[in-house]
Amino acid sequence: MSTLIYTESSLDPASAVYDQVVPAGEGWMHRIGRGQSFRIVDLDGNQAVDTIFYNAAYPSERYSAQDTIREQGGIYLTTGTRLLSNDCNTMAVITADTCGRHDTLGGACAAESNTVRYGHRTKHMHSCRDNFLLQLGNWGDPFSKRDLVSNINFFMNVPVTPEGGLTFEDGVSAGGKYVEMRAEMDLICLISNCPQLNNPCNAYNPTPIRLLIWD
Amino acid sequence: MPSASRSHLPPAPTGASRTILHTPRPAPLPPTELPAAALVYEEELPGGSMWSWVVKRGDVLRLTDLEGRANVAAVFYNRADFLDRYNMADTLKAQHTARLTTGYVLLSDMGRALLSITGDTVGWHDPLGGHGNAAHAEAKYGPSRFQEDRNTWHRNARDSFIVELGKWGMGKRDLVANVNFFSRLSADAEGRLSFVGGNSRPGAFIDLRAELDVLVVLNTCPHPLDPSRTYAPGRVKATVWRGEPPAADDYCRTFRPENERAFFNSEILFR
Repeated sequence: MSTLIYTESSLDPASAVYDQVVPAGEGWMHRIGRGQSFRIVDLDGNQAVDTIFYNAAYPSERYSAQDTIREQGGIYLTTGTRLLSNDCNTMAVITADTCGRHDTLGGACAAESNTVRYGHRTKHMHSCRDNFLLQLGNWGDPFSKRDLVSNINFFMNVPVTPEGGLTFEDGVSAGGKYVEMRAEMDLICLISNCPQLNNPCNAYNPTPIRLLIWD
Repeated sequence: MPSASRSHLPPAPTGASRTILHTPRPAPLPPTELPAAALVYEEELPGGSMWSWVVKRGDVLRLTDLEGRANVAAVFYNRADFLDRYNMADTLKAQHTARLTTGYVLLSDMGRALLSITGDTVGWHDPLGGHGNAAHAEAKYGPSRFQEDRNTWHRNARDSFIVELGKWGMGKRDLVANVNFFSRLSADAEGRLSFVGGNSRPGAFIDLRAELDVLVVLNTCPHPLDPSRTYAPGRVKATVWRGEPPAADDYCRTFRPENERAFFNSEILFR
Protein backbone atom coordinates (compact mmCIF):
# COMPACT_ATOMS: atom_id res chain seq x y z
CA MET A 1 0.00 0.00 0.00
CA SER A 2 1.34 3.37 -0.95
CA THR A 3 1.43 6.40 1.28
CA LEU A 4 -1.90 8.11 1.80
CA ILE A 5 -1.87 11.83 2.50
CA TYR A 6 -4.86 13.39 4.21
CA THR A 7 -5.76 17.04 3.67
CA GLU A 8 -8.60 18.81 5.44
CA SER A 9 -10.73 21.70 4.24
CA SER A 10 -11.45 24.89 6.15
CA LEU A 11 -14.87 25.36 4.54
CA ASP A 12 -17.82 25.37 6.94
CA PRO A 13 -20.89 23.35 5.88
CA ALA A 14 -23.07 26.04 7.45
CA SER A 15 -21.95 28.49 4.74
CA ALA A 16 -22.53 26.15 1.78
CA VAL A 17 -24.88 27.40 -0.94
CA TYR A 18 -25.96 23.83 -1.70
CA ASP A 19 -26.23 20.92 0.73
CA GLN A 20 -28.04 17.73 -0.24
CA VAL A 21 -27.96 14.07 0.70
CA VAL A 22 -28.15 11.64 -2.24
CA PRO A 23 -29.56 8.30 -1.07
CA ALA A 24 -27.82 5.03 -1.87
CA GLY A 25 -28.16 3.98 -5.48
CA GLU A 26 -29.45 7.30 -6.86
CA GLY A 27 -28.16 9.69 -9.50
CA TRP A 28 -27.48 13.44 -9.46
CA MET A 29 -26.67 16.01 -12.14
CA HIS A 30 -25.95 19.62 -11.32
CA ARG A 31 -24.10 22.73 -12.41
CA ILE A 32 -20.97 23.79 -10.54
CA GLY A 33 -19.69 27.25 -11.40
CA ARG A 34 -16.06 28.16 -12.01
CA GLY A 35 -14.43 29.00 -8.68
CA GLN A 36 -17.01 27.12 -6.62
CA SER A 37 -15.89 24.37 -4.25
CA PHE A 38 -17.62 21.00 -4.36
CA ARG A 39 -17.42 18.43 -1.57
CA ILE A 40 -18.55 14.79 -1.61
CA VAL A 41 -18.93 13.23 1.83
CA ASP A 42 -18.90 9.44 2.22
CA LEU A 43 -21.41 9.48 5.07
CA ASP A 44 -21.21 5.84 6.16
CA GLY A 45 -17.95 4.70 4.56
CA ASN A 46 -16.66 2.77 1.55
CA GLN A 47 -19.24 4.14 -0.87
CA ALA A 48 -18.16 4.42 -4.51
CA VAL A 49 -19.28 7.69 -6.12
CA ASP A 50 -19.12 7.41 -9.92
CA THR A 51 -18.54 10.88 -11.35
CA ILE A 52 -18.12 12.54 -14.77
CA PHE A 53 -17.61 16.26 -15.41
CA TYR A 54 -18.64 18.16 -18.56
CA ASN A 55 -17.70 21.65 -19.68
CA ALA A 56 -21.06 23.40 -19.22
CA ALA A 57 -20.50 25.59 -22.29
CA TYR A 58 -19.18 22.87 -24.63
CA PRO A 59 -20.23 19.45 -23.27
CA SER A 60 -18.18 17.56 -25.89
CA GLU A 61 -15.30 18.57 -23.65
CA ARG A 62 -15.52 16.16 -20.73
CA TYR A 63 -13.49 14.44 -18.06
CA SER A 64 -10.80 12.12 -19.40
CA ALA A 65 -9.43 9.36 -17.17
CA GLN A 66 -6.49 8.59 -19.47
CA ASP A 67 -5.39 12.20 -19.82
CA THR A 68 -5.72 12.77 -16.07
CA ILE A 69 -3.59 9.81 -15.01
CA ARG A 70 -1.01 10.25 -17.76
CA GLU A 71 -0.43 13.98 -17.29
CA GLN A 72 -0.12 13.70 -13.51
CA GLY A 73 2.01 10.56 -13.85
CA GLY A 74 0.02 8.23 -11.61
CA ILE A 75 -3.22 6.29 -11.42
CA TYR A 76 -4.57 7.51 -8.07
CA LEU A 77 -6.40 10.78 -7.52
CA THR A 78 -5.88 12.81 -4.35
CA THR A 79 -5.18 16.35 -3.12
CA GLY A 80 -3.47 18.36 -5.84
CA THR A 81 -4.70 16.17 -8.69
CA ARG A 82 -5.91 18.17 -11.66
CA LEU A 83 -8.96 16.55 -13.21
CA LEU A 84 -8.28 16.97 -16.93
CA SER A 85 -10.63 17.05 -19.88
CA ASN A 86 -10.26 15.30 -23.22
CA ASP A 87 -8.75 18.61 -24.40
CA CYS A 88 -6.24 18.38 -21.51
CA ASN A 89 -7.72 21.45 -19.84
CA THR A 90 -8.04 21.49 -16.04
CA MET A 91 -11.71 21.04 -15.15
CA ALA A 92 -11.23 20.93 -11.37
CA VAL A 93 -8.47 20.56 -8.80
CA ILE A 94 -8.78 18.35 -5.73
CA THR A 95 -8.18 20.73 -2.80
CA ALA A 96 -8.92 18.50 0.19
CA ASP A 97 -9.09 14.78 0.72
CA THR A 98 -9.51 12.92 4.00
CA CYS A 99 -9.69 9.56 2.22
CA GLY A 100 -6.32 9.73 0.45
CA ARG A 101 -6.93 7.79 -2.71
CA HIS A 102 -9.58 7.63 -5.44
CA ASP A 103 -9.87 5.49 -8.57
CA THR A 104 -10.42 6.37 -12.19
CA LEU A 105 -9.79 3.01 -13.90
CA GLY A 106 -12.70 0.95 -12.57
CA GLY A 107 -15.42 2.61 -14.63
CA ALA A 108 -19.12 2.35 -13.91
CA CYS A 109 -21.29 -0.72 -13.51
CA ALA A 110 -23.99 -1.40 -16.08
CA ALA A 111 -26.60 -4.10 -16.64
CA GLU A 112 -24.59 -5.50 -19.55
CA SER A 113 -21.19 -5.41 -17.89
CA ASN A 114 -22.79 -7.03 -14.83
CA THR A 115 -23.71 -10.00 -17.04
CA VAL A 116 -20.05 -10.34 -17.99
CA ARG A 117 -18.62 -9.89 -14.52
CA TYR A 118 -21.16 -11.67 -12.34
CA GLY A 119 -23.40 -13.67 -14.68
CA HIS A 120 -26.68 -13.04 -16.44
CA ARG A 121 -28.71 -13.46 -13.25
CA THR A 122 -27.45 -9.98 -12.24
CA LYS A 123 -28.57 -8.23 -15.45
CA HIS A 124 -31.62 -6.59 -13.91
CA MET A 125 -29.95 -5.33 -10.77
CA HIS A 126 -29.71 -1.55 -10.48
CA SER A 127 -26.51 -0.06 -11.92
CA CYS A 128 -24.58 3.18 -12.25
CA ARG A 129 -25.17 3.44 -15.97
CA ASP A 130 -28.93 3.35 -15.40
CA ASN A 131 -28.46 6.33 -13.08
CA PHE A 132 -26.26 8.07 -15.65
CA LEU A 133 -28.72 7.48 -18.49
CA LEU A 134 -31.70 8.65 -16.44
CA GLN A 135 -29.90 11.84 -15.43
CA LEU A 136 -28.62 12.55 -18.95
CA GLY A 137 -32.00 11.74 -20.48
CA ASN A 138 -33.89 14.02 -18.13
CA TRP A 139 -31.35 16.83 -18.58
CA GLY A 140 -31.92 16.40 -22.32
CA ASP A 141 -30.14 17.91 -25.28
CA PRO A 142 -27.26 17.56 -25.99
CA PHE A 143 -26.60 14.70 -23.57
CA SER A 144 -26.99 11.03 -24.45
CA LYS A 145 -25.21 7.70 -24.06
CA ARG A 146 -22.53 9.08 -26.41
CA ASP A 147 -21.39 11.24 -23.53
CA LEU A 148 -20.67 8.38 -21.13
CA VAL A 149 -16.92 7.96 -20.81
CA SER A 150 -14.55 6.51 -18.24
CA ASN A 151 -15.41 8.12 -14.92
CA ILE A 152 -13.92 8.81 -11.51
CA ASN A 153 -14.80 6.48 -8.64
CA PHE A 154 -14.40 8.60 -5.55
CA PHE A 155 -13.64 6.55 -2.40
CA MET A 156 -12.81 3.44 -4.45
CA ASN A 157 -9.48 1.60 -4.34
CA VAL A 158 -8.33 -0.18 -7.54
CA PRO A 159 -4.58 -0.84 -7.43
CA VAL A 160 -2.50 -1.82 -10.47
CA THR A 161 0.42 -4.17 -9.79
CA PRO A 162 3.86 -3.94 -11.46
CA GLU A 163 2.93 -7.17 -13.29
CA GLY A 164 -0.06 -5.44 -14.86
CA GLY A 165 -2.74 -6.92 -12.63
CA LEU A 166 -5.76 -4.90 -11.56
CA THR A 167 -7.83 -5.64 -8.47
CA PHE A 168 -10.72 -4.17 -6.55
CA GLU A 169 -9.40 -3.85 -3.01
CA ASP A 170 -11.34 -3.06 0.10
CA GLY A 171 -11.92 0.66 0.35
CA VAL A 172 -9.64 3.04 2.18
CA SER A 173 -12.57 5.26 3.05
CA ALA A 174 -14.66 5.41 6.22
CA GLY A 175 -17.75 7.19 7.49
CA GLY A 176 -17.41 10.97 7.31
CA LYS A 177 -14.42 11.02 4.96
CA TYR A 178 -14.68 13.52 2.13
CA VAL A 179 -13.06 14.82 -1.01
CA GLU A 180 -13.28 18.45 -2.10
CA MET A 181 -12.46 20.10 -5.40
CA ARG A 182 -12.49 23.58 -6.90
CA ALA A 183 -14.05 24.01 -10.33
CA GLU A 184 -11.68 25.62 -12.84
CA MET A 185 -14.41 26.06 -15.47
CA ASP A 186 -18.20 26.10 -15.46
CA LEU A 187 -19.07 22.44 -15.06
CA ILE A 188 -21.97 20.07 -15.23
CA CYS A 189 -21.36 17.23 -12.80
CA LEU A 190 -22.94 13.79 -13.29
CA ILE A 191 -22.95 11.38 -10.34
CA SER A 192 -24.18 7.89 -9.64
CA ASN A 193 -24.13 6.93 -5.99
CA CYS A 194 -23.19 3.36 -6.87
CA PRO A 195 -25.78 0.62 -6.24
CA GLN A 196 -23.41 -2.30 -6.92
CA LEU A 197 -23.99 -5.27 -4.59
CA ASN A 198 -21.67 -7.81 -6.23
CA ASN A 199 -18.21 -6.55 -5.26
CA PRO A 200 -16.56 -4.78 -2.33
CA CYS A 201 -16.63 -1.30 -3.90
CA ASN A 202 -19.49 -0.36 -1.57
CA ALA A 203 -18.60 -2.90 1.14
CA TYR A 204 -21.68 -4.83 -0.17
CA ASN A 205 -23.85 -2.16 1.42
CA PRO A 206 -24.56 1.00 -0.63
CA THR A 207 -25.07 4.04 1.58
CA PRO A 208 -25.96 7.74 1.16
CA ILE A 209 -23.56 10.57 0.31
CA ARG A 210 -23.73 14.29 1.06
CA LEU A 211 -22.95 16.88 -1.61
CA LEU A 212 -22.05 20.47 -0.75
CA ILE A 213 -21.17 23.49 -2.91
CA TRP A 214 -19.60 26.76 -1.74
CA ASP A 215 -19.26 30.01 -3.68
CA MET B 1 -44.94 -23.12 -30.37
CA PRO B 2 -42.77 -20.19 -29.37
CA SER B 3 -42.25 -21.48 -25.84
CA ALA B 4 -41.13 -24.88 -27.14
CA SER B 5 -38.65 -23.30 -29.57
CA ARG B 6 -37.25 -21.06 -26.86
CA SER B 7 -36.49 -24.06 -24.71
CA HIS B 8 -33.98 -25.20 -27.34
CA LEU B 9 -31.91 -22.06 -27.03
CA PRO B 10 -28.69 -22.52 -25.09
CA PRO B 11 -28.78 -20.66 -21.78
CA ALA B 12 -26.35 -17.91 -20.92
CA PRO B 13 -23.12 -19.42 -19.59
CA THR B 14 -22.80 -19.26 -15.84
CA GLY B 15 -19.02 -19.41 -15.90
CA ALA B 16 -19.04 -22.86 -14.30
CA SER B 17 -19.10 -24.81 -17.55
CA ARG B 18 -16.71 -27.67 -18.26
CA THR B 19 -14.46 -25.72 -20.56
CA ILE B 20 -13.46 -23.04 -18.10
CA LEU B 21 -12.66 -25.61 -15.43
CA HIS B 22 -9.90 -27.04 -17.58
CA THR B 23 -6.38 -26.62 -16.37
CA PRO B 24 -4.98 -23.39 -17.83
CA ARG B 25 -3.42 -24.09 -21.19
CA PRO B 26 -0.43 -22.42 -22.79
CA ALA B 27 -1.39 -19.68 -25.21
CA PRO B 28 -1.77 -21.02 -28.76
CA LEU B 29 0.94 -20.08 -31.22
CA PRO B 30 -0.25 -17.70 -33.93
CA PRO B 31 0.23 -18.79 -37.53
CA THR B 32 3.56 -17.82 -39.07
CA GLU B 33 2.44 -18.44 -42.66
CA LEU B 34 -0.92 -16.91 -43.51
CA PRO B 35 -2.98 -18.88 -46.05
CA ALA B 36 -2.82 -16.86 -49.27
CA ALA B 37 -6.33 -17.87 -50.28
CA ALA B 38 -7.75 -16.45 -47.03
CA LEU B 39 -6.08 -13.04 -47.28
CA VAL B 40 -8.57 -10.19 -47.49
CA TYR B 41 -6.41 -7.10 -47.43
CA GLU B 42 -2.94 -5.86 -46.61
CA GLU B 43 -1.58 -2.35 -46.30
CA GLU B 44 1.62 -0.84 -45.00
CA LEU B 45 0.98 2.20 -42.82
CA PRO B 46 3.71 4.85 -42.49
CA GLY B 47 4.58 6.08 -39.01
CA GLY B 48 2.29 8.93 -38.03
CA SER B 49 -0.56 7.84 -40.30
CA MET B 50 -4.23 6.98 -39.72
CA TRP B 51 -6.36 4.05 -40.87
CA SER B 52 -9.70 2.40 -40.35
CA TRP B 53 -11.22 -0.90 -41.41
CA VAL B 54 -14.29 -2.99 -40.70
CA VAL B 55 -13.05 -6.40 -39.59
CA LYS B 56 -15.85 -8.87 -40.30
CA ARG B 57 -16.91 -11.37 -37.68
CA GLY B 58 -14.42 -14.25 -37.54
CA ASP B 59 -11.79 -12.39 -39.57
CA VAL B 60 -8.42 -11.60 -38.04
CA LEU B 61 -6.51 -8.32 -38.15
CA ARG B 62 -2.77 -8.69 -37.68
CA LEU B 63 -0.80 -5.56 -36.83
CA THR B 64 2.93 -5.99 -37.39
CA ASP B 65 5.52 -3.64 -35.94
CA LEU B 66 7.88 -3.46 -38.92
CA GLU B 67 10.73 -1.53 -37.29
CA GLY B 68 10.40 -2.39 -33.61
CA ARG B 69 9.38 1.09 -32.49
CA ALA B 70 5.73 1.27 -33.47
CA ASN B 71 2.82 2.52 -31.40
CA VAL B 72 -0.71 1.92 -32.63
CA ALA B 73 -3.40 3.97 -30.87
CA ALA B 74 -6.75 2.32 -31.53
CA VAL B 75 -10.45 2.44 -30.67
CA PHE B 76 -13.16 -0.06 -31.64
CA TYR B 77 -16.87 0.10 -32.46
CA ASN B 78 -19.64 -2.40 -33.24
CA ARG B 79 -20.21 -1.73 -36.96
CA ALA B 80 -23.96 -2.18 -36.49
CA ASP B 81 -24.15 0.38 -33.68
CA PHE B 82 -21.35 2.85 -33.07
CA LEU B 83 -22.70 3.53 -29.56
CA ASP B 84 -21.70 -0.05 -28.70
CA ARG B 85 -18.01 0.73 -28.34
CA TYR B 86 -14.77 -0.28 -26.67
CA ASN B 87 -14.79 0.33 -22.95
CA MET B 88 -11.42 0.49 -21.21
CA ALA B 89 -12.76 0.11 -17.69
CA ASP B 90 -15.01 -2.84 -18.48
CA THR B 91 -12.19 -4.57 -20.37
CA LEU B 92 -9.75 -4.14 -17.50
CA LYS B 93 -11.97 -4.90 -14.54
CA ALA B 94 -13.71 -7.91 -16.11
CA GLN B 95 -10.35 -9.54 -16.74
CA HIS B 96 -8.50 -8.07 -13.72
CA THR B 97 -5.73 -6.72 -15.89
CA ALA B 98 -3.95 -3.50 -16.79
CA ARG B 99 -2.13 -5.04 -19.75
CA LEU B 100 -3.32 -6.81 -22.89
CA THR B 101 -1.93 -9.96 -24.50
CA THR B 102 -3.07 -13.35 -25.84
CA GLY B 103 -6.31 -14.55 -24.27
CA TYR B 104 -7.72 -11.17 -23.33
CA VAL B 105 -10.71 -9.74 -25.17
CA LEU B 106 -11.56 -6.11 -25.88
CA LEU B 107 -15.03 -5.57 -24.42
CA SER B 108 -17.70 -3.11 -25.45
CA ASP B 109 -19.73 -1.08 -23.00
CA MET B 110 -22.68 -3.34 -23.89
CA GLY B 111 -20.93 -6.37 -22.46
CA ARG B 112 -19.85 -7.79 -25.81
CA ALA B 113 -16.55 -9.27 -26.92
CA LEU B 114 -15.51 -7.01 -29.82
CA LEU B 115 -12.05 -8.43 -30.58
CA SER B 116 -10.10 -11.33 -29.08
CA ILE B 117 -6.32 -11.32 -28.88
CA THR B 118 -5.68 -14.71 -30.48
CA GLY B 119 -1.94 -14.25 -30.95
CA ASP B 120 0.73 -11.90 -29.66
CA THR B 121 4.50 -12.01 -29.95
CA VAL B 122 4.95 -8.83 -27.88
CA GLY B 123 3.44 -9.79 -24.50
CA TRP B 124 2.25 -6.42 -23.25
CA HIS B 125 0.06 -3.78 -24.86
CA ASP B 126 -0.93 -0.62 -23.00
CA PRO B 127 -4.59 0.14 -22.27
CA LEU B 128 -3.94 3.10 -19.93
CA GLY B 129 -1.81 5.81 -21.52
CA GLY B 130 -4.31 7.37 -23.90
CA HIS B 131 -3.13 9.58 -26.72
CA GLY B 132 -1.34 12.86 -27.22
CA ASN B 133 -2.50 16.00 -28.99
CA ALA B 134 -0.94 18.80 -31.02
CA ALA B 135 0.25 20.66 -27.92
CA HIS B 136 2.01 17.56 -26.62
CA ALA B 137 3.68 17.00 -29.99
CA GLU B 138 4.93 20.57 -30.22
CA ALA B 139 6.21 20.54 -26.63
CA LYS B 140 8.11 17.30 -27.18
CA TYR B 141 9.28 17.49 -30.80
CA GLY B 142 9.20 21.20 -31.54
CA PRO B 143 7.01 23.04 -34.01
CA SER B 144 6.09 21.28 -37.22
CA ARG B 145 3.37 22.33 -39.62
CA PHE B 146 2.40 21.33 -43.09
CA GLN B 147 3.30 24.77 -44.48
CA GLU B 148 7.02 24.23 -43.90
CA ASP B 149 7.35 20.47 -43.60
CA ARG B 150 4.76 19.27 -46.12
CA ASN B 151 4.01 15.60 -45.56
CA THR B 152 6.82 15.04 -43.11
CA TRP B 153 4.96 17.25 -40.61
CA HIS B 154 4.30 15.83 -37.15
CA ARG B 155 0.87 14.29 -37.04
CA ASN B 156 -0.54 13.63 -33.57
CA ALA B 157 -2.87 10.91 -32.33
CA ARG B 158 -5.74 13.14 -31.21
CA ASP B 159 -6.12 14.95 -34.53
CA SER B 160 -5.69 11.66 -36.40
CA PHE B 161 -8.51 10.08 -34.39
CA ILE B 162 -10.82 13.02 -35.03
CA VAL B 163 -10.14 12.90 -38.78
CA GLU B 164 -10.50 9.14 -39.11
CA LEU B 165 -13.64 9.04 -36.94
CA GLY B 166 -15.04 11.85 -39.06
CA LYS B 167 -14.97 9.57 -42.09
CA TRP B 168 -17.56 7.42 -40.32
CA GLY B 169 -19.73 10.32 -39.19
CA MET B 170 -18.28 10.26 -35.70
CA GLY B 171 -16.40 12.87 -33.72
CA LYS B 172 -15.10 14.05 -30.40
CA ARG B 173 -17.98 12.62 -28.37
CA ASP B 174 -17.26 9.19 -29.85
CA LEU B 175 -13.56 9.17 -29.04
CA VAL B 176 -13.29 6.97 -25.96
CA ALA B 177 -10.25 5.77 -24.02
CA ASN B 178 -7.94 4.01 -26.47
CA VAL B 179 -5.49 1.10 -26.52
CA ASN B 180 -1.81 1.58 -27.44
CA PHE B 181 -0.55 -1.57 -29.13
CA PHE B 182 3.20 -2.33 -28.91
CA SER B 183 3.69 0.03 -25.94
CA ARG B 184 4.03 -0.73 -22.25
CA LEU B 185 3.47 1.27 -19.08
CA SER B 186 4.37 0.09 -15.61
CA ALA B 187 2.81 1.23 -12.34
CA ASP B 188 4.86 1.22 -9.13
CA ALA B 189 3.58 0.74 -5.59
CA GLU B 190 2.60 4.42 -5.39
CA GLY B 191 0.64 4.12 -8.63
CA ARG B 192 3.19 6.16 -10.60
CA LEU B 193 3.27 5.31 -14.29
CA SER B 194 6.42 4.92 -16.35
CA PHE B 195 7.05 4.09 -19.99
CA VAL B 196 8.93 0.82 -20.51
CA GLY B 197 11.11 1.08 -23.59
CA GLY B 198 12.18 -1.80 -25.82
CA ASN B 199 8.81 -3.54 -25.42
CA SER B 200 8.52 -4.57 -29.06
CA ARG B 201 10.92 -5.59 -31.82
CA PRO B 202 10.96 -5.65 -35.63
CA GLY B 203 8.43 -8.15 -36.93
CA ALA B 204 6.50 -8.48 -33.67
CA PHE B 205 2.75 -8.69 -34.18
CA ILE B 206 -0.63 -8.96 -32.48
CA ASP B 207 -3.62 -10.85 -33.93
CA LEU B 208 -7.12 -9.52 -33.24
CA ARG B 209 -10.09 -11.70 -34.17
CA ALA B 210 -13.42 -9.93 -34.58
CA GLU B 211 -16.29 -11.45 -32.57
CA LEU B 212 -18.78 -9.28 -34.45
CA ASP B 213 -18.31 -6.85 -37.34
CA VAL B 214 -15.95 -4.32 -35.74
CA LEU B 215 -14.85 -0.91 -36.98
CA VAL B 216 -11.21 -0.44 -36.01
CA VAL B 217 -9.99 3.17 -36.03
CA LEU B 218 -6.28 3.60 -35.46
CA ASN B 219 -3.22 5.72 -36.02
CA THR B 220 0.50 5.09 -35.84
CA CYS B 221 1.45 8.21 -33.89
CA PRO B 222 3.93 7.96 -30.98
CA HIS B 223 2.85 6.94 -27.50
CA PRO B 224 2.33 10.09 -25.41
CA LEU B 225 4.75 8.88 -22.72
CA ASP B 226 7.49 7.75 -25.11
CA PRO B 227 10.41 9.85 -23.81
CA SER B 228 12.15 10.13 -27.18
CA ARG B 229 12.31 13.75 -28.32
CA THR B 230 12.78 12.75 -31.94
CA TYR B 231 9.61 12.38 -33.95
CA ALA B 232 10.17 8.97 -35.55
CA PRO B 233 6.97 6.90 -35.41
CA GLY B 234 7.45 3.38 -36.75
CA ARG B 235 5.84 1.73 -39.76
CA VAL B 236 3.09 -0.84 -39.26
CA LYS B 237 1.63 -3.49 -41.54
CA ALA B 238 -2.07 -4.24 -41.30
CA THR B 239 -3.11 -7.66 -42.61
CA VAL B 240 -6.66 -9.03 -42.63
CA TRP B 241 -7.53 -12.64 -43.36
CA ARG B 242 -10.70 -14.69 -43.45
CA GLY B 243 -11.24 -16.79 -40.34
CA GLU B 244 -13.94 -18.69 -38.54
CA PRO B 245 -16.04 -17.81 -35.49
CA PRO B 246 -14.48 -19.33 -32.38
CA ALA B 247 -15.07 -22.92 -31.28
CA ALA B 248 -16.59 -23.86 -27.93
CA ASP B 249 -13.14 -24.51 -26.46
CA ASP B 250 -11.51 -21.43 -28.02
CA TYR B 251 -8.59 -20.17 -25.94
CA CYS B 252 -9.89 -16.61 -25.60
CA ARG B 253 -13.47 -17.74 -24.91
CA THR B 254 -12.33 -20.00 -22.08
CA PHE B 255 -9.56 -17.71 -20.80
CA ARG B 256 -11.83 -16.47 -18.03
CA PRO B 257 -15.49 -17.12 -17.13
CA GLU B 258 -16.17 -13.44 -17.86
CA ASN B 259 -14.95 -13.93 -21.43
CA GLU B 260 -17.34 -16.83 -21.97
CA ARG B 261 -20.24 -14.58 -20.99
CA ALA B 262 -18.99 -11.72 -23.19
CA PHE B 263 -18.78 -14.12 -26.16
CA PHE B 264 -22.38 -15.14 -25.44
CA ASN B 265 -23.44 -11.47 -25.52
CA SER B 266 -21.83 -11.11 -28.96
CA GLU B 267 -23.08 -14.38 -30.39
CA ILE B 268 -26.76 -13.79 -29.56
CA LEU B 269 -26.63 -11.10 -32.27
CA PHE B 270 -25.95 -13.74 -34.94
CA ARG B 271 -28.55 -16.41 -34.24
